[in-house]
Amino acid sequence: MPETGTRPTIGALEARASAGLNAPRISIRNLDFYYGANKALKAINLDLPDRQVTGMIGPSGCGKSTLLRCLNRMYDLYPGQRAVGEVLMDGENIIAPGVDLNNLRSRVGMVFQKPTPFPMTIHENITFGVKLHERPSKAEMEERVEWSLTRAALWDEVKDRLNTSATGLSGGQQQRLCIARTIAVRPEVILFDEPTSALDPISTLKIEELIDELKRDFTIAIVTHNMQQAARCADQVAFFYLGEMVEVGSATQMFTAPRERRTQEYITGRFG
Amino acid sequence: MAEHIVKSFEQELKRLQALITEMGGMVESQVALASRAVIDKDAAAASQAVDADPAVDALEREVEQYVIRLLALRQPLAQDLRHIVAALKITGALERIGDYATNVAKRSLVLDQFALPYTLTGLAHMSRLVQENLKTIIDAIGENDTDKALQVWRSDEVIDEIYNALFRELITYMMEDPRNITPCIHLLFIAKNLERIGDHATNIAELVYYAVRGEPLADIRPKGDSSAYAVVRPPRA
Repeated sequence: MPETGTRPTIGALEARASAGLNAPRISIRNLDFYYGANKALKAINLDLPDRQVTGMIGPSGCGKSTLLRCLNRMYDLYPGQRAVGEVLMDGENIIAPGVDLNNLRSRVGMVFQKPTPFPMTIHENITFGVKLHERPSKAEMEERVEWSLTRAALWDEVKDRLNTSATGLSGGQQQRLCIARTIAVRPEVILFDEPTSALDPISTLKIEELIDELKRDFTIAIVTHNMQQAARCADQVAFFYLGEMVEVGSATQMFTAPRERRTQEYITGRFG
Repeated sequence: MAEHIVKSFEQELKRLQALITEMGGMVESQVALASRAVIDKDAAAASQAVDADPAVDALEREVEQYVIRLLALRQPLAQDLRHIVAALKITGALERIGDYATNVAKRSLVLDQFALPYTLTGLAHMSRLVQENLKTIIDAIGENDTDKALQVWRSDEVIDEIYNALFRELITYMMEDPRNITPCIHLLFIAKNLERIGDHATNIAELVYYAVRGEPLADIRPKGDSSAYAVVRPPRA
């Protein structure tokens, strides 16, 4: 059972419904984040609606990637970084001590700015992560490889070369391989950190189409510097500035009529 | 609001606004000429109003092309998007206003051939109010002034009321003497055209309001034109 503190208010429920947003899969409550003594996130409150896309925008250093890194505790890999507050998933605070990080990271997958294929074959890139969490039979594994590559819209391009090196793929293909690798472990949430900033426009559109496709099954958060990309992909958009979340709303509202002056200035390119 | 980081975009937005206000000015003078043509029986003013129309139409096409270019090349968002889309719709409304003015001017030339047995006080009053609203709304476009837009939006009802009164008055003249029918029909069309110009001014008011504020003007404007219901109905069975 979720704690009482996680219950959304009637007003919040109504606002979400009117914006066409689903119930939250992840609820971020009063989240602060520190790089040593430097406070990088200040009292963030944000819901990630289930099986929808939340876009996070803002200038460099505003905290959006930091927030993403809190959702799967990537920051735990670095000393001196800590998060205070709550990130609730199924009522459990995933930033509390004692959370099983391997389990968490299988539930919350991440795709990075630059494609990061392992220096292995295409096939091994997919099976590597699956084997960390499961012991599927050979047939099940083959099925999983095909399923994840198909969902990542890569299967047709690589099915005849599964045992060749992944580093021989194009940048766009490598990024789709990374997405396939992420969904192969069947996460609930996928985090995209600038997933297309290193890709050409057509590869970018393929990834965007994929995100559209993936949101039927997965809850998605995407950090992007490309405003049009957030407009195209996201159902909900949050604008961050200097560690604060300035405004959140439906993509339509945020890009046609943002409420906050700082959001307006950033979105229209009048910043600073 | 701060200036756009890309200065050329800022200049393009200003140029778009300048084009719209220029077009507004042209249409404003067209309506003034057409009104003078009717009220003062000024045939020269009538032909000036008619002659001005191609330039207005050309400006509309220029604005349209400019807007399409801005949308394609700048991919505007938020208030930039709202202003650019509003400009596209405003230019259409202004072009219609120009057409109505032209029609009024043409009818004034026909009207000159008839001896009118009555004064045009009501029509003169109506055309004055319409021109005031038009001037105010064009100022509002140039200054992004939502107060002026609201003022125009609210004052259209008076124009509708005068139109209704004129409608009834003209029917009375036509019933008195069938020879009045031709000039009265022309006067009725003239009044209707002026009333439509007023409606377009309020449409522009809504566009300006949305462009500046980002929220639509709630659809609560009272509609004063009841002439659509003033038909002779068959007696109930």
